[in-house]
Amino acid sequence: MEEILKTAFPLIVAVVGCSIAFVIVMGVVAYTVLAERKVLGWIQGRIGPNRVGPWGVLQPFADLLKFIFKEDLVPDKSTKFIYFLAPVLAVTCAMMPMVVYPFGPAITTIDWSFLPFGLGEGIRQLPLVVARIDVAVLYVLGVTSVGVYGIALAGWSSNNKYSLMGGLRSSAQMISYELAMGASVIGVVMLAGTLELNGIIEAQSKSPFRWYIIPQFIGFLVFLIAAFAETNRVPFDLPEAETELVAGFHTEYSALKFALFFMGEYINMFTVSVMGTVLFLGGWYMPGLSHLFTVGSIPYAVVSFLIFMVKVCGFLFLYIWIRGTLPRFRFDQLMNFGWKFLLPLALVNVLLTIIVVYFLNS
Amino acid sequence: MATTALFFLFAGLAIACAISTVYHKNPLYSAVSLIGVFVSLSCIYITLAAPFIAAVQVLVYAGAIMVLVVFVIMLLNLDDDKPLQRLNYLYAVGAGLGLILLVQTFFIFYAVVKAPNKPQEESGVGKTLSIGSAMYTEYLLPVEIVGVLLLMAIIGGVILARRLSQPELELVVDNELEKRHENDQDDFRIAM
Repeated sequence: MEEILKTAFPLIVAVVGCSIAFVIVMGVVAYTVLAERKVLGWIQGRIGPNRVGPWGVLQPFADLLKFIFKEDLVPDKSTKFIYFLAPVLAVTCAMMPMVVYPFGPAITTIDWSFLPFGLGEGIRQLPLVVARIDVAVLYVLGVTSVGVYGIALAGWSSNNKYSLMGGLRSSAQMISYELAMGASVIGVVMLAGTLELNGIIEAQSKSPFRWYIIPQFIGFLVFLIAAFAETNRVPFDLPEAETELVAGFHTEYSALKFALFFMGEYINMFTVSVMGTVLFLGGWYMPGLSHLFTVGSIPYAVVSFLIFMVKVCGFLFLYIWIRGTLPRFRFDQLMNFGWKFLLPLALVNVLLTIIVVYFLNS
Repeated sequence: MATTALFFLFAGLAIACAISTVYHKNPLYSAVSLIGVFVSLSCIYITLAAPFIAAVQVLVYAGAIMVLVVFVIMLLNLDDDKPLQRLNYLYAVGAGLGLILLVQTFFIFYAVVKAPNKPQEESGVGKTLSIGSAMYTEYLLPVEIVGVLLLMAIIGGVILARRLSQPELELVVDNELEKRHENDQDDFRIAM
């Protein structure tokens, strides 16, 4: 009994933590979709959705219901197994980084050692993150890079030339911009000296500039552009350029399978927004906040969490704003830009950071 | 106990994916199975407390190399109906290599069983810091050699893929046309 409890207890804690993170992320994602439609409407001089619920707030749920009740069409000549695998892969890989999002600072709680079997031994803190992985940055980059398969395989298995073109384009685009993105992160990692996200936030709070966006401005710029390309958003939404490719890789997908791709895209947007916030904007850290509240208290954690969410939503707003403003790139322009401008720029940034860090440490 | 269960889960998954890699006729199914092998291996690395190696395994193999493989398969769109008869001799080579691997595995089992059972002291092996410091102090020369090797591969790739200048291009096209012309004449003669 004791043995089983000891094995199961951390698992249960992890599952509860994952569920809370899941609810938060899905809530934000659902309302990102509504915000996108509303803000795009305002940018284009329209009203946007306002029929379902007051001010259209129930629109995401209406959309979801519609996707669930639609007829699910499967093309006759498709490669069935891979056709079904692709949306699952896309949404799973998008959700996996959730476990390392640092939602806020740790809360100091009561001593939990009164729990039976020594389950609460030494637990005095409630971290607002599911898992503190030593290599969190690499984990996020790796898992999102596996997400490419969802799109590439969807394009291939649909047995449709538009889908195939969309899938090929997206995989080419994502592997090209992944390099620039990885290189832009190296500068931050070198300054912080750790790959762990909470560690990076703590390192920023101790650095003279507070936020790494100031010493790593080039890195931030490269990261931002690569993030737009990684998530296949305007101005880099070549994989689903509707004037050329109908709907790109998901032309043949309908109902809930299409909804999974859709969700995957928006969760990916959330992920890169979290990464941008944590790496360059100090995550949940706000200069001066520790003077107003005691560090480790619940109000401090709540305000930090809200600050974190405001920063992430700022990123998401930028996505929508740019979608309403910029036209689309041409594919050769996109490739040239990524390989001949963005990647060298990121590498120069790495070199500069190496030199600065070397002289700071010596 | 949980670690053992996880090990058998991921090891079984890795073996199943490996078998499916070999047995599928469709190259894309094989590629997807190979990705499954890499991902399950990286899960095993995590249970062995080597998160850095696990992350790099996913990032490099599953995220970069296999994407290129899938990309090429998708571009070529190979005909999967045609069985490949000309690779039959590879069965013998494969059997030989498999036998060597089996002997090696038994040797490792033997060595592990024979080895003195002393507890490992807590060390940072597998952590990013220890790997980094080992790479740039103790194993600097091998890292440099691998770096030069990769640089050579990059330069080779650029040279193979670069656009030819106009006179060179014309030369290549002329050669190719001449060759085709000869082939056509041969065909013509055979047909006669």
